[in-house]
Amino acid sequence: MAEQVYFEDVNEGDSIPELRKNCSTQQLVVWAAASGDFYQIHYDQEFAQKTGLDTIIVHGALKNAFLGQLLHDWVAPAGAITEFGCQYRGMDRPNQDIVCGGVVTKKYAQDGQHIVELDVWTENPSGQRTTPGTAKVVLPSRG
Amino acid sequence: MAESVITDEMRTAIGVESAPSTLEVTTVGCRLFARAVGHTDLIFYDEAAARERGYRGIVAPPGFLGTPVYQPGGRDPEAMGPRYKIPYKRILNGGTSYQHFEPVVAGDVITSRSHITEFREREGTMGAMLITYRETVYTREDGAVVAKMYGNIINY
Repeated sequence: MAEQVYFEDVNEGDSIPELRKNCSTQQLVVWAAASGDFYQIHYDQEFAQKTGLDTIIVHGALKNAFLGQLLHDWVAPAGAITEFGCQYRGMDRPNQDIVCGGVVTKKYAQDGQHIVELDVWTENPSGQRTTPGTAKVVLPSRG
Repeated sequence: MAESVITDEMRTAIGVESAPSTLEVTTVGCRLFARAVGHTDLIFYDEAAARERGYRGIVAPPGFLGTPVYQPGGRDPEAMGPRYKIPYKRILNGGTSYQHFEPVVAGDVITSRSHITEFREREGTMGAMLITYRETVYTREDGAVVAKMYGNIINY
């Protein structure tokens, strides 16, 4: 894990280190068990095609959880994620890169906390942001 | 835009709180969730690593608020909230957003309650769709609200 990021190190417009994912179908099955989302479009090709999809697709909530990891790895060990989420705008397929990224949109101190707001997203191999979202984290200050 | 599918029955469902669900945050559940995502921080896997960092136990990864207690025969239908008919067959998760107020750790037992906040309709590339917005509040046994989730489901 990288060194601790402090509030003072961060500027609006900064990109945070990206996180690269590529889901095997096996990972989708592990996620189904972990999340309790057993909807068949995520592991049963025939079922997925009957609903009009080309093939099985990555769970939206898994991509959201990837954004959780992106943020956690950036703020840990001393920072904390207070808000994160995204809209599921586009579908991602297994065995394709999903690149998670983020950019700082705002930083401020409030009630003694050092808060950083970000835009976050996952991007598919065509460069489309399939899950645009936002996040709020608290970082330690060098005080 | 096609005729609205939002009925009076659906409108009366807005704001009606579901029956509570119990979610258990276990060591196994935290590890499985962390593994499924690909987390590498040991606080999600190892008790000693988590305690060394000041947590009460193995930490629930971001977005994990426990595993609903399973009952054979299905959940109490009341826990799913009010039932109404929607004229669409297909369903997608439209988005999820979490607010985390306090760390959740293995051993916590959480009660969740949710309600619909809004219905919206849109004409998309996939045809007419109904978007249902829901808010879920997660409360620990000592009464502390540890998280909230804002989600939307798309029927089309």
